[in-house]
Amino acid sequence: MNERELRGLIGKVKAGKLSRRGFVQRMMAVGIAAPISAQLLVASGVAMAQSPSTYKPTKRGGGGPLKVLWWQGPTLLNPHFAVGTKDQDGSRLFYEPLAAWDNDGNLQPKLAAVIPTKENGGIAADGKSVTWKLKQGVTWHDGKPFTADDAVFNWEYAKDPATAAVTIGSYQDVVVEKVDQYTIVVKFAKPTPFWADAFVGTRGMQIPKHLFADFIGAKSRDAPTNLKPVGTGPYMFKDFKPGDLVTGVINPNYHQANKPFFDSIEMKGGGDAVSAARAVLQTGEFDFAWNMQVEDEILSRLEKGGKGRVQVTPGGNIEHIQFNTTDPWTEVDGERSSIKTKHPTLSDPAVRKAIALIVDNKSIEQHIYGRTGPATRDFLNNPSRFRSKDNPVEFNVDKANEILDKAGWAKGADGIRAKDGKKLKFVYQTSINQPRQKTQAIVKQSAQKAGIDMELKSVTASVFFSSDVANPDTYTKFYCDLQMYTTTMSQPDPQVFMNQFTSWEVATKDNKWQGRNITRWRNEEYDKIFRASESELDPVKRTAMYIKMNDMAVQDLAVMGVVQRPTVSALASKLNANISGWDNNTSDLSDWFKDA
Amino acid sequence: MIPSLLGISIVLFSLLAMAPGDPFEELATNPAIPPEVRANLRAKFGLDDPVWMRYWHWLIAMMQGDWGFSFVSRMDVSTLILQRLPVTLVVIGASQILAIAVALPVGVLAATRPYSLFDQIANTFAFIGFSLPTFFTGLVLILIFSIQLDWLPFVYRADISATGWAFYWEHIKQSIMPVTVLGLFQGAALVRFVRSSVLDVIRLDYVTTARSKGIGERKVITKHVVRNALIPVVTLVALQMPIVFGGAVVTEQIFRVPGIGSLLISAMLANDTPVVMGVTFVSACLVVLFNLIADILYGWLDPRIAFR
Repeated sequence: MNERELRGLIGKVKAGKLSRRGFVQRMMAVGIAAPISAQLLVASGVAMAQSPSTYKPTKRGGGGPLKVLWWQGPTLLNPHFAVGTKDQDGSRLFYEPLAAWDNDGNLQPKLAAVIPTKENGGIAADGKSVTWKLKQGVTWHDGKPFTADDAVFNWEYAKDPATAAVTIGSYQDVVVEKVDQYTIVVKFAKPTPFWADAFVGTRGMQIPKHLFADFIGAKSRDAPTNLKPVGTGPYMFKDFKPGDLVTGVINPNYHQANKPFFDSIEMKGGGDAVSAARAVLQTGEFDFAWNMQVEDEILSRLEKGGKGRVQVTPGGNIEHIQFNTTDPWTEVDGERSSIKTKHPTLSDPAVRKAIALIVDNKSIEQHIYGRTGPATRDFLNNPSRFRSKDNPVEFNVDKANEILDKAGWAKGADGIRAKDGKKLKFVYQTSINQPRQKTQAIVKQSAQKAGIDMELKSVTASVFFSSDVANPDTYTKFYCDLQMYTTTMSQPDPQVFMNQFTSWEVATKDNKWQGRNITRWRNEEYDKIFRASESELDPVKRTAMYIKMNDMAVQDLAVMGVVQRPTVSALASKLNANISGWDNNTSDLSDWFKDA
Repeated sequence: MIPSLLGISIVLFSLLAMAPGDPFEELATNPAIPPEVRANLRAKFGLDDPVWMRYWHWLIAMMQGDWGFSFVSRMDVSTLILQRLPVTLVVIGASQILAIAVALPVGVLAATRPYSLFDQIANTFAFIGFSLPTFFTGLVLILIFSIQLDWLPFVYRADISATGWAFYWEHIKQSIMPVTVLGLFQGAALVRFVRSSVLDVIRLDYVTTARSKGIGERKVITKHVVRNALIPVVTLVALQMPIVFGGAVVTEQIFRVPGIGSLLISAMLANDTPVVMGVTFVSACLVVLFNLIADILYGWLDPRIAFR
């Protein structure tokens, strides 16, 4: 779908000939995720619709206790320190952002009165500021009112490097000003197409100024409220044992009518994913379990108990294979995989093409991941408006052989292809994780048939994903030919995600391998398009740019998708819970309820 | 006692420092977090200092009663441990009591009737008991009592909202499986030990003398035999404490018991060094403490062993 087609459809929506829903569905059909299509409409001047609420209860409370199981329990409850999803999810019981991402990638107001749009004057025409109107009459759990001062304080708190907040990235480059008691304006240094970062979703949870004001900067760790949250959310803090338990009771003054449904919440931590699935699906001891990293086969078997069901939510996780463009076996200036080198065999496009043809995504989906890993070749898959249609999954060993024959890679006596004395032998690494080892085995098997020798290497996860400069086995060093892991796009906007192929992000010794371009793939045109996308205010053009960038990296085989890794949760059969792939699992907690 | 604790702490600290991993790893893989944040945090928690310096800081602080500060939870290690310690002590205590309550009578009875049917059955179960690791028996119990029969919950909850009798009943119900797993594992080894220890004593001359004086069999066994036979058993119970703690770590993980064992595992997974140090140190102290208690018990069991 190109830019002109997109514009045609948007025109129809504006003229009232096509419903928003119809538009979103049509975009889904061509593989453009709902969040993106929704934002396309907003940016093109169609008001962002509230997705119709499915919330049925007609009074607050009365739902009894809600028992949820996180097999890694939250370890801290200050959203600005919350590193992992478990901590963010725990903080979200009590704290709320100005707006949350729903699963279609629409912004839903929480502490904001309305979502800023061009029409309501919220988004400046030059793209350099956003004005948020705050909801009035919201109170903190201790009864104090929530005002613009609190929002401004959150910016000051997070942007101070001494606070060491993990949300600093969202706040340090913006300026936040109070306009009046219930209005703030967020100013950007340059036109910013993706403005919904600060104050939104996982980074946007608001903490109260009156309790944290004395604990900004280096004193941040001493704040008593770090462990006893006072927020605006649907539940009020009761007890917290790090890693084990978070409990809360209903907030009788919650700012949304008739919500929440449950009288109390209990978030239990610890144990492992399989027994967590069991506790929901088989014995019904719990109502909800998070992050079911369990083989689909086991999940299906547990589901037969009839006490619960598995819910799969698409999001931004992608299990992918990276091709090293540099030579990992030659040391230059104290580093291997230096960008001063070229890979001896993988630099031949025919070799990369052949390797892509021997990766059997469909089998990997069917036999390993099931519902928890739909096959894909793309790197950028969601939101679906950003998904390219031009990279179908293809598995064809014969074709791989043909390509290699043509390119002059002839099979030797040992059955391994070689050319000019260079053999097609590759080291293919990943972290230790059963599905990954199975995937490696599938690839190795078909590689053999194509005359390619794959040496499989698996590194323990705590080493592979560490940033230890002294260790040669980290994924950022990439001291091997191919590697595979899952990376995450945490927001429904690909800007941060797609910088992984820009030339200035290359991981090198100079930046202690902290650059994000691990494949070391470099392309001038890609760089240019990326730069342009950073300030492109027309969302349609911008979307087209990201699709193009994905196609460039995928078609030149710097990277290839293996499977998407959606969010998988286990729910008790009567529980209704909207999980968003773009926000915390508990982002919509106020609307969870059980059927009678 | 002090030198051994000091030695333990040095070994632990250097092992942890040499192990790969970084408490702020998750920050490194998250593209939205600038690398400076991680660098800041590392500097703030002194992770960039050389190992000996970090150990020195830790030791000085420890001597002043400061257990350190958890990287991951951003709270005091002592608070974290104190939250968890009671549960572990209750579970381990209950399982020890269960172990002794089972092992003593069974072991003594088996020894008084060696090679009888009872003795053979007891021996068989004892072998099975200490051959099966706790993670296995734990899972088997869950499968039978939680999933097949649906009698007992397999997720341990520290906050039971019920009051009065219901409160205690709920607590007992959820403790049955972890306590049984740990207690029977311990008890099985103890049965064998009590039996052989009683067998050693029962053949001694003074027992024959006691019998020939016309003292009843029951009194001979309880007053004369068991008391003397208990001395090596007490040693064993004390020496087995580290194994009990090890078993408790695994059992707590399986049943989600919020004790120091599960705290240790999650801290290790998160590379939260101060917490790992704290928990292992507490376990070390407890083991040393139990050895001390054993020494005191010797004196009570056998007045000839005096403290000088």
